[in-house]
Amino acid sequence: MIRLEKRPQPSRAWSLATPLVAVLATMLFGGLLFAVLGKDPVEAIRTIFWDPLFGEYAFYFRPQLLVKGAPLVLIAIGLSLGFKAGIWNIGAEGQYIMGAIVGAAVGLAFYPYEAWYIFPLMVIAGALGGWAWAMIPAFLKVRFGTNEILVSLMLVYIAEQLLASASLRFLKNPEGMGFPGSRNLQSYESAFNADLIEGTGMHWGVVAALIAVIFAYVLLTRHMIGFHIRLTGEAPRAAKFAGVKPARLILLCLGISGALAGLAGLFEVSGPAGQVSIDFNVGYGFTAIIVAFLGRLHPFGILLAGGLMALTYIGGDIAQSNLGLPAAAIQVFQGMLLFFLLALDLLTNFRVTLRKVEVA
Amino acid sequence: MDLSAINPVLLIASLMVAATPILLAAIGELVVEKSGVLNLGVEGMMIIGAVSGFATAVESGSPWLGFIASALAGAVFSLLFVLLTQVAKANQVASGLALTLSGLGLSALLGQSYVGIKPPQMGMLDIPLLTDLPVVGPILFGHDPILYLGLALTAAVWALLKFTRAGLILRAVGENHEAAHALGYKVIRIRVLAIMFGGACAGLGGAYISLIRVPQWTEGMTAGVGWIALALVVFASWKPWRALLGAYLFGGVTVVQLNLQAAGVAIPVEYLAMSPYVITIVVLVILSADKSSAPAALGRNFHASR
Repeated sequence: MIRLEKRPQPSRAWSLATPLVAVLATMLFGGLLFAVLGKDPVEAIRTIFWDPLFGEYAFYFRPQLLVKGAPLVLIAIGLSLGFKAGIWNIGAEGQYIMGAIVGAAVGLAFYPYEAWYIFPLMVIAGALGGWAWAMIPAFLKVRFGTNEILVSLMLVYIAEQLLASASLRFLKNPEGMGFPGSRNLQSYESAFNADLIEGTGMHWGVVAALIAVIFAYVLLTRHMIGFHIRLTGEAPRAAKFAGVKPARLILLCLGISGALAGLAGLFEVSGPAGQVSIDFNVGYGFTAIIVAFLGRLHPFGILLAGGLMALTYIGGDIAQSNLGLPAAAIQVFQGMLLFFLLALDLLTNFRVTLRKVEVA
Repeated sequence: MDLSAINPVLLIASLMVAATPILLAAIGELVVEKSGVLNLGVEGMMIIGAVSGFATAVESGSPWLGFIASALAGAVFSLLFVLLTQVAKANQVASGLALTLSGLGLSALLGQSYVGIKPPQMGMLDIPLLTDLPVVGPILFGHDPILYLGLALTAAVWALLKFTRAGLILRAVGENHEAAHALGYKVIRIRVLAIMFGGACAGLGGAYISLIRVPQWTEGMTAGVGWIALALVVFASWKPWRALLGAYLFGGVTVVQLNLQAAGVAIPVEYLAMSPYVITIVVLVILSADKSSAPAALGRNFHASR
């Protein structure tokens, strides 16, 4: 009979190994899924994981890795702080949208005036937009004890409607011949988040993501606040005795994650996307949840996980056009990854032993 | 703008239709939460139910088979959540999110070839004389059978929780799983059954959207109804009849805003469309002060150490 024994301490070895095992298991079962869909599984997996990095057109796809990975890492870093403390912000998608709308609005307000300070102002506005959107669930939780999971999620749907309103009405390009969507920021020099080195995909969002990783690492390992975050997650009662103020922590964690998600939105709208449009958001805010868990809520882990997840996005696109793999298959693939990860965590927290059933 | 075009009788009748998917999902989740499990995967189970019910109904030509398939699919899909939380003891919040994320992806994959198809129609209840009554007829006696099933389910769950031994055990497990275990009840087994019931209900609710309310299949068509159902359970303080009341309130908001859109009110469409979500938040805020009725073991995993 299989028995589970709770480990006194989570196993460090398994904690590091589970993401790897989960990725392998996902490749295996993903391959099965692709086979069921009538695609050659080996070729599909190779197209997703190998071609973007080392294939014939890798020179084109490698920069994309940074473009797609940066928002994921940026958002996931923020989410991980809250998740560690048991504060569940799952509305990053909404904060991402609001960051983009507010940031772009500030930039467009200056159009066509050119000045060096416009882009920095947009960055601040984007962060504030995301921050403010996250402050709604934070404030409601602190003041009224409202569930932050439900409120932050409802705000995603509201933000999507605001996005539609922005691209159809208040941010619509007056010279757009009636098409929805704002002016293209890529052709407005002061607001354009261009590649820092031409053709590398290295824009300010990538820099911000790297800074966020280092910042989060220092915060969690070297700062009192980081200690409080970890303590609250692992032993809420002990945290109370240690004088942690839950309200402050909630405002802080949701605030940081909102601001980072807002930044991600701003860098996307002013760079790769170029304009506020109805279908501007592509689910980074939700995928970032997977990234945060895949990275074990650890800053460096998230960096790796973000890269991997960006790879599945790009590889998925290639597989879609080359092999005719449906777009949704990649979504399933990403969901599967989270599943295996959570399931395999059993091995981190429990010791699985085989034991003969004793006859009483 | 022509508000006189809105017919109050039709408004109430369509309100009941709009409320049914929320009610079905909420009643299922209520039972799950009463057993001490927080399953945030309602949205995922709903959309899986929506797509499998739709596909089965189209292939077989029978909406009834569609609904049966949707309940089965929801229950089977919820087994993934069982595997994560009850077997692997994973965090319930994260597992629920995983269920929702993968449900949305999987449903899009399964439903690819069903976009733009019309499903077979389900017959409406038609009792001679009664259905033809003015005002009362269309409101009380003119709906599809699943709507009445939703109402019956509400009553059944209420009676189960209040009057039966099974309900008492379910509540005991949700309040204090250690004590229930000490009394010899199979905590995990009871929770698994509750989760599967919740999955079946969510599946039914999803199929109600794709087969009756819309009726069509589009990707992500549940559009947050599963989350609203989760909010509704809190709103209802874990009481079935209050869940019904809440579902009708949300159904009402949805229908009224759709009617206002159609009537061409001077408010932009987007602001009307976001109103159900805004109302959900407002209601959550008003009612979140009272947490006393939440099951005490909600969201905590059980591991029998001996």
